Amino acid sequence: MADTASIFVSDDADAVTLHAAGDWLVRTAAELDRQLRGLSLPSGRGVTLDLSDVEHLDSTGAWLVLRTERDLAARGNAVSIANLNPSFAPLLDNLRSRAGAPVPHPVPPHHTLIGFVAHIGEFTVNAARRAVQILGFGGLLTLTILNIVRHPSRLRGTATVVQIEQTGVNALPIVGLLTFLIGVVFAYQGADQLRRFGAEIYTVNLLGVGILRELGVLLTAIIVAGRSGSAFTAQIGTMQVNEEIDALRTLGLSPVEVLVVPRLFGLLVSLPLLTVYADFMGLLGGGVMSWATLDISIPQFLKQLQSAIGQWTFWIGIIKAPFFAAIIAAIGCFEGFNVSRSAESVGKLTTLSVVESIFLVIVADAGFSILFSMLKI
Amino acid sequence: MSMTDRQNGQNGGGDGVIRVRGLVNRFGAQVVHDGVDLEIRRGEVMGIVGGSGTGKSVLMRTIVGLNRPAAGEVEVLGKDVWHASDEEMRELESHWGVLFQDGALFSSLTVAQNIEVPLKEYYPMPMPLMDEIAACKIAMVGLAEEAGDKYPAQLSGGMRKRAGLARALALDPDLLFLDEPTAGLDPISASAFDRLIGDLQRSLGLTVVMVTHDLDSLLAICDRIAVLVDKQVRVGTIEEHMRDNHPWIHDYFHGPRGRAAVQTGAQRSPEASDRHTAPA
Repeated sequence: MADTASIFVSDDADAVTLHAAGDWLVRTAAELDRQLRGLSLPSGRGVTLDLSDVEHLDSTGAWLVLRTERDLAARGNAVSIANLNPSFAPLLDNLRSRAGAPVPHPVPPHHTLIGFVAHIGEFTVNAARRAVQILGFGGLLTLTILNIVRHPSRLRGTATVVQIEQTGVNALPIVGLLTFLIGVVFAYQGADQLRRFGAEIYTVNLLGVGILRELGVLLTAIIVAGRSGSAFTAQIGTMQVNEEIDALRTLGLSPVEVLVVPRLFGLLVSLPLLTVYADFMGLLGGGVMSWATLDISIPQFLKQLQSAIGQWTFWIGIIKAPFFAAIIAAIGCFEGFNVSRSAESVGKLTTLSVVESIFLVIVADAGFSILFSMLKI
Repeated sequence: MSMTDRQNGQNGGGDGVIRVRGLVNRFGAQVVHDGVDLEIRRGEVMGIVGGSGTGKSVLMRTIVGLNRPAAGEVEVLGKDVWHASDEEMRELESHWGVLFQDGALFSSLTVAQNIEVPLKEYYPMPMPLMDEIAACKIAMVGLAEEAGDKYPAQLSGGMRKRAGLARALALDPDLLFLDEPTAGLDPISASAFDRLIGDLQRSLGLTVVMVTHDLDSLLAICDRIAVLVDKQVRVGTIEEHMRDNHPWIHDYFHGPRGRAAVQTGAQRSPEASDRHTAPA
């Protein structure tokens, strides 16, 4: 159907008439709005709004009629509506009794210097508040753990084992594949550089120290943060949205004890074990690459490896794993509890949780490096 | 002056805007609907009731094309919903508005922006006009002006339903589907919502399909009621259902709540019958 709508003005000596015609509907609103805004409205006169030729009227059209009536009245005209189809009357009356002026959208603050400084200030205050909250959560978690140490029967064994399975066993394929590939890449790049000095055999030293001390544990922690830290936030966050956390509280159960401790303990077990596995797979990848491109045989590789790594090299990597596990579990659960009642915040905080835990893992790793260099190991 | 479609609607013309024939819905081995036939006429308010799990919402979702039926035909405004081309479907979707149980507002947009989503999609128009129309819809559903700039998470359940209704009305649809519009509202808000839907239905000449458990709503605004029993529907007015001998229908309308609602409904009846004859 061809929808047409129009309005035109006829100006007699004594009266002004606005003739509206056609279909005043939402699909003609844009065209009508253009015509209406183009009209030169009179002021201080008697104006008749003649609706006799309006064939269809919906609430959008009715709003435009009403708006025109108001605009005219605001210019000091005496407005009357004529020839209104009786079936449109209830709609127009209904709107007239309710509709106010539209609320202007708040203007976004301009990018001024003051706005910039205010933004930095807001960010700083929020970061500080967040740090205090995380510290508080850490305290709560510590108290709960101490309580469990005193009453070991309160540890939820089944839930903890389930977490070990989900965060550890189920992560084996991805962690193994990725560290194997990193071992391959590492060996290839190392050999490429060391060949210039005719020192290809030191590729094994590079691999041993690099993977055992740093790469194995760091890669594993990052994969686990992406895999399990995000899952913790999403699981606890969804429970928060469904009011399940509140339900736990009203049943006299501590959400930290029921939800956080099994996840923390589970990750404390699985991340160090995953790290051992990652170390092995990384060295395997490097070994395969050395054998294939450098003609270093497996016994040769092992002998060189033995001479390259000290007694601490392996343990320095493994020692870091429980700390990283604690960071990932605590941040993951903490952000889960921060979820508000909206489903949207689950997604937002899950992203935030992964970014935060990877950030903190790397900061902690840097801290360990400083500590170990001071201890000269 | 020519008679308009809307006027025909208000005079209660007998043409069916929704026709459901031989509808079968199945989830796994469980059969929810087995040969449902339903016809909804232009300009009427049809209530859908039934016990839990009888597929009230499923029936509504099937009519608006969200749930593919195992068998049967669904025709809305003369178009077969399940065999319409994309273009026909788009045209059809601009003629109906759906209010979901909890409003289903887009959580990343403000209420006003939610209302503007369908407007932007179907009828591009200048921003100031769009804001005016959004404000107008917000006022129509009885929300305060300031609600337009709030996010759904900042609203109460009742306000979210009103905002959802405002979005459903954005394109001035001919057909309005409401899924439990008064569930979870206090009795005062619920009856205000009933009045609002009744008002809008009369002034916009809407056809309303409403899934509800609320007996007061049924009495206050529904012209006919479709009761889902034994995987089929029985359609009739309240009086007809009151005479039905089916045990569930009998219990529903003659239970203590049903009786109380019918009694208070009878006291209100002068104004209730008034509204069917008023618009001419």
